[in-house]
Amino acid sequence: MTARKLSNVVKLCLTYLALLAAFLFAVIPVAWIVMSSFRVGNSLYSTSLLPKHWTLQHYASLFLDPRYPFFRWTANTLKVSAMTSSATVILATMCGYVFSRFRFWGRRYGLMTFLIIQMFPGSMSMVAIYVLLNLVGLLDTHVGLALVYVGGGVPFTTWLLKGYLDSIDKSLDEAALVDGATRGQIFWRITLPLARPILASVALFSFIGPFNDYLLSRIVITTAEKNTIAVGLHAFIAGNYDQRWTQFAAGSVLVSIPILLVFFLLEKHFISGLTAGATKA
Amino acid sequence: MSRGGRLKRGAITSLSVLCMGLGQFVTGEYVKGTLFAAVHVLLLVFVVPLLRHSWWGLITLGTEAGRDHSTFLLVQGLLGLIVTVLLGLLYIGNIKDAHTQAKRFLEGKRADSFLQSLKRFWISGEAYLWLSPGTLLVLFVAVLPVFFGMSLAFTSYDLYHSPPANLVRWVGLQNFSDLFGIKSWRGTMFSVLKWNIVWAVVSTITAFAFGFGIALLLNQKNLRFRTFFRTAFILPWAMPSFISALVWTGLLNTSFGVVNQVLGSFGLQPIPWLSNVMWARVALIIVNIWMGFPFQMVLCLGVLQSIPQDLYEAARVDGATDAQTFWHLTLPSVLYSVAPLLVLQLGGNFNNFGLIYLLTGGGPTVFGNRGAGGTDLLISWMYKLTFNLHKFNYAAAVGLMIFIPVALISIHNLRQTRSFKEG
Repeated sequence: MTARKLSNVVKLCLTYLALLAAFLFAVIPVAWIVMSSFRVGNSLYSTSLLPKHWTLQHYASLFLDPRYPFFRWTANTLKVSAMTSSATVILATMCGYVFSRFRFWGRRYGLMTFLIIQMFPGSMSMVAIYVLLNLVGLLDTHVGLALVYVGGGVPFTTWLLKGYLDSIDKSLDEAALVDGATRGQIFWRITLPLARPILASVALFSFIGPFNDYLLSRIVITTAEKNTIAVGLHAFIAGNYDQRWTQFAAGSVLVSIPILLVFFLLEKHFISGLTAGATKA
Repeated sequence: MSRGGRLKRGAITSLSVLCMGLGQFVTGEYVKGTLFAAVHVLLLVFVVPLLRHSWWGLITLGTEAGRDHSTFLLVQGLLGLIVTVLLGLLYIGNIKDAHTQAKRFLEGKRADSFLQSLKRFWISGEAYLWLSPGTLLVLFVAVLPVFFGMSLAFTSYDLYHSPPANLVRWVGLQNFSDLFGIKSWRGTMFSVLKWNIVWAVVSTITAFAFGFGIALLLNQKNLRFRTFFRTAFILPWAMPSFISALVWTGLLNTSFGVVNQVLGSFGLQPIPWLSNVMWARVALIIVNIWMGFPFQMVLCLGVLQSIPQDLYEAARVDGATDAQTFWHLTLPSVLYSVAPLLVLQLGGNFNNFGLIYLLTGGGPTVFGNRGAGGTDLLISWMYKLTFNLHKFNYAAAVGLMIFIPVALISIHNLRQTRSFKEG
C-alpha cells in the first residue's frame, strides 16, 4: 500500500468517526424522548437508553386521562390548522397572483409593506394582539387564533407565491390571451395548475404551523380545554412537583410523527424554495 | 383645452370635492353620481361621528378615568386612522374620476352608461379587488398591532397607569430618556444588549461552522451511507422546535438530566447547566447548534455540489495543497452563496425568542437587573417587562429599538435578492 493510499484510508476512518459522533449528537435527544415514552414511571431519568421495563401505558393515558385531554387538544389544533391553512392559501394566492401578474399604482409599496411586516418578530406585537382580540371579542376563540396565524402568514406566503409565479413563463398567459381566453380562465386553467406544487407546500406548512406554535396560542387561548397541542403538552411538565416527562414524551412522539413525515416528504420542495429566494441575481 | 375649458373642468372637479358624485352627476353619469353622493351622505351621517370620536381618543387617550379606557381608545384611534386613510383614498379616487369625466364631457363625448363605467372600474380596479381581502386582514392583524406597539413606546402605560382605573398619557420621548438616563435601567439594557449581540453572532457562526463541517465530510468521494447520515442529521431540524427545546430542558437538568449523567460516568462533576449564567449560555449555544446545523448543512451541501469539478482539477494540476484549495476555492464559493442567508439567520437569532423562552426562560435570575435574567435577549426581556412587570411602555420602547437595526439589515439583504429585483 502506498503512503497516499494509507493516508486516504486514515482520512476516511476519521471521517466516519466524526460522522458517528455527530450522529450520536443529533439522534440521541430524539431517541431519548422516544424511549422515555415507553419507560415505566414519570421521570426522564434513566441509567440506560433502552427501558428496562417497556410499557404502552403513557400512550393509553393520553387518551384516557381526563385531566390531560390529549385528544381534545389534537382536535382543537386540527380545527385551527384547517382554518389557518385554507385561509392562508386562498388569500395569499390572490395577493401573490396580483403582485406577479398585474401592474398597478401602489404595487411596489404593497410589496415593500408585506416585506417589512413579516420581519417584525411576532413576539413584538403580542400585547396589541391581545388587546385587539379582546376588543372584537375573539380572545380565547379558535377563530381569533387562526386569524392571527393567517395575518402573520399571508405576507411571507405572498412573497413565496409571487416568486414562484414570476418563474412561470408569462408568454403562456399571452398566448392564451391571443387565443381569446379571459383573465379568469388563464388563472384557473393555466397558472393555478402550474402552481400546484407550491400551493401544496404552502397549505401543508400553514397546516403544520399551529402544531408547532407555543407562544401565540398561550396568549390567545385562556381556557384550558381550548388549548392547542403545544400548550397542552407543556402542561405535562410545567408543574413544579408533578412533572410527567414520560407522558410528555408519548404526546411528543405522536405529534412529531406526522410533522416529520410532512417534512421529509416535502424536504426537496421547500429547501429549493428557501434557497432560491436568496440566490443573488 | 382653452382657458375657459380648463376653468369649466376645474369647476366640475371641484363639485366632486364638495360632495362626492356631484361632478359625475353634472356630466351626465346619473347612476354613478347618485351612488357616490349616497355614499357621501351615509359616511357623513354614520361614519364621520365615529371617526371623530376615534380621533379624539387617539389624541387625548381619554379624559375621565373610569369612563375612558385608554388602550381601547388607542386601538380604536389607530383603527380610525386606517379607515380615514382608506376613505381618503376613495375620496381622491372620486375627484380624479370627476376630473376625467369632466374632460370627456367638455370634449362633447357622451357620458358612459353605468354598465360601461362599471366595466372601466373593473379593468383598472381588478388588482385592488383581489388584493383587498388579504391586505385588509394583514392590515388589521399584523400592521395594526405593530403600530399599536410602537405607539405604546410614547405613552405612560404601565402597572400604575393602566386602564380602566387610570388613564394613559402621551409622554413623548420620556420612556427613551428613562431607559438611557436612569442608571439601573441603562445598566440592564446594555448588559442584555451585550449578551444579545454576542449570542446572535456566536450562535450563527457556530451553527454554520458545524453544518459546513458536516457538509464537507459528507461531500467526500467514496463515502458510504451518505443518505443515511444526511437523513439522520436533518432530524433535529424536522422535529417541532418547541418539543426539542423542552426535551433539552430535561436532558440538561442538573440533577436528573442525561447530559450530566454521561459526564458523571466519566467521573466529572455535574454541571449546573440551567442555573449558572455562564453554563446556561453555553447550553443555549449547544442546543442552538443542534437545532440549527441541519439547515446550514443542507445549504452548504447544495453549494458544494454546484462548484464545478474542473476547478478542483485545475487546482490539483497546478499543485495546490488540500488546504490551499479549501481556503481559496471551497470556502469563498460557499460563503459567497450563503452570506445573504447567514445575515437573515443573524437577524433571526438576534430575536430567537422561542428557544430562550422555552429552554432557560431567560434565567437564571440576576439580582439587581431590572427583570432581566442572565440569558435574556432584548426580545425576551421585553416579554418579561410586558407580562411580569407590566411596564408596557418600556417594553414597547425596547421593541422599537430592536426593530430598527433588524429591519435595516433585512431590507438591505432582501434588496439583493432576485425576487425583489424582478419586482
